[in-house]
Amino acid sequence: MSEKKAILTLEHVSKEYTGSAKLFKKAPPSVKAVSDVSFSVNEGETFGIVGESGCGKTTLGKCIVRLHPPTAGKMWYDDDGRKLDLMQLDQDESFRLRQKLQIIFQDPYASLNPMHNILEAFDEPLRVHKLGSREQRREKIAEMLREVNLQPDYMYRYPGEFSGGQRQRICIAKALAMQPRLIVCDEPVSALDVSIQAQIMNLMRRLQRDYKLTYVFIAHDLSVVQYMSDRIAVMYLGKVVEISKSEGLHTDYKHPYTESLLSAVPIPIYGQKQKRIILEGDVPSPLHPPAGCKFHPRCRRCMEVCRHVEPTLRPVGTDGHMVACHLYHEPEEIPPKNE
Amino acid sequence: MTRDDIVLEVKDLKTRFKVGKKIVNAVNGATFSLKRGKTLCIVGESGCGKSVTAHSILQLLPPVGYIEGGEVLYTPHTGDRPKSLSSMKRSGRAIRSIRGKEISMIFQDPMSTLNPVYTIGNQIMENLRHHEKISKAEARERIVRLLTELGIPEADRRFDEYPHQFSGGMKQRVMIAIAMICNPNILIADEPTTALDVTIQAQILELMQKMQQEHGTSVILITHNMGIVAEVADDVAVMYMGRVVEFGSLRQIFTNPKHPYTRALMRSVPVLGMDRSQELASIAGSTPDASTVFTGCEFANRCVHATDRCRNHFPEDREVEDGHRVRCFLYEEEMKQ
Repeated sequence: MSEKKAILTLEHVSKEYTGSAKLFKKAPPSVKAVSDVSFSVNEGETFGIVGESGCGKTTLGKCIVRLHPPTAGKMWYDDDGRKLDLMQLDQDESFRLRQKLQIIFQDPYASLNPMHNILEAFDEPLRVHKLGSREQRREKIAEMLREVNLQPDYMYRYPGEFSGGQRQRICIAKALAMQPRLIVCDEPVSALDVSIQAQIMNLMRRLQRDYKLTYVFIAHDLSVVQYMSDRIAVMYLGKVVEISKSEGLHTDYKHPYTESLLSAVPIPIYGQKQKRIILEGDVPSPLHPPAGCKFHPRCRRCMEVCRHVEPTLRPVGTDGHMVACHLYHEPEEIPPKNE
Repeated sequence: MTRDDIVLEVKDLKTRFKVGKKIVNAVNGATFSLKRGKTLCIVGESGCGKSVTAHSILQLLPPVGYIEGGEVLYTPHTGDRPKSLSSMKRSGRAIRSIRGKEISMIFQDPMSTLNPVYTIGNQIMENLRHHEKISKAEARERIVRLLTELGIPEADRRFDEYPHQFSGGMKQRVMIAIAMICNPNILIADEPTTALDVTIQAQILELMQKMQQEHGTSVILITHNMGIVAEVADDVAVMYMGRVVEFGSLRQIFTNPKHPYTRALMRSVPVLGMDRSQELASIAGSTPDASTVFTGCEFANRCVHATDRCRNHFPEDREVEDGHRVRCFLYEEEMKQ
């Protein structure tokens, strides 16, 4: 296999939300939704991000397409051999790259304007980015609709006339019409029924092959993420705790959180009961994250060092498997002595 | 199978909604039974009528909804004469003495089912004191005991807290407490874990099974997640467009599914660790609108085995194996032999 080329590389990306003081109200504490995340996405692969609600996976997706610019870190994008830092682009470059990085949202009901028909919704970004003449654009839209198994004359209809699955197809076609290289898919199937989910997942895989797309696939359903992705990052409270190849993840997990997350997924096979590792309590509030390893209050293999020192994401074994856990690595810094 | 083990029997239930001049057949002939102390899972996609079926059992329907036909028979104790819940007056004394006491319900969204202006304890107490003559102090003691059993730490203090001070998983525990405080015979849980994360879902499912074992409750669990079904069900009813298309034990449904819809549904979910080069089997098309009037099998337009007969005639409910029933013409031949 040829050398994999990274299309997107994140280095220590953080996103912190700070509130401001108002009359009679002091400033709320800041929330680190994403903290110190590093990974790279290779061209043509599907990179899955999985985690429970509130772990920062959606924020991270929005950071990548710069809907919410990160507050720290670097994001390198490979623009045909040129490395561009997505955080320091001039206006022209920034505009040009918006076309190359697209996003599909979770709720197909909220992401289409009910007052615009499909043609208007598709045409606006194509017009803004000057992709073809009026006729060419219309031809393009028809082609894209056919590509997602919808009839081209649907372009004169309004979003209200479509079902959830059809709307999600429209959103995919809309992202695809911009000829992107990377699409961030933020829970694209979780609002859909199971029989429609399978249709959309099959469609997305076919389009990836045909158009050589790279996906960043965000979801909370581990079985879905594993089916869709080549590599998976597991997030907990704004941190990536493990990055692994998707094939081996369900047997060769390292982090205790990944282990309990996997064991919590019910398996739809008769007579195959999971050995559960029930996690105690809830995910802590990101307003007051615990010291040391963020997972330690719920971890059954918690050690003394975990309470004080935050583990960093480091390689374990081969195949680019990475884990942030003291079980596998000596802590980098000496834990402070409690007198 | 003796008749006695059945605690709740639903026979050909039909529930309609009158919306303007249109009539929507939300439930169009649901037949299933719940065995005492067992768990029945009702599975189906959104809009298939699984929630309405559950609400119809207790006649918790909005003003536009009404039960047009069929019967719901409830046998409180082994050997009792069955009571017909469907012929009781909708808000009469008889059904109100059953709701919340003998048959209780948990709803999908714990965030919107708890009243934000009353304390948690108050809301659990309301149900208890409505059905039982008990002093406030005694009630409080019993509730705190139940909350502790349900894994709520510092239950005595949290008794006086408000819903917004509870997390999603904790609120769902409170909902279970409200449902379980009168020791019901039947617990109907309508997608109790859909709004929760997987790790919290695992906690709640574990808890529900524990409560069931300790109190001998029979459970109807409504879900769309096949994984949950495989984990907790004894019997399974598969619904499509208001009908139960297949009914059987967990083993029958999972190892030998008969109806083309059940088969397709099973193959369309990704399983952890499955071969990624495989394509998922998807069901073509989407679920028809609920107000569609059918002349034949509801699944015919999406079914790979459909014939003209399927489009023009309704398949009858047939027993293909002991307790395994399916509504499909494919098995007619098999039955005759």
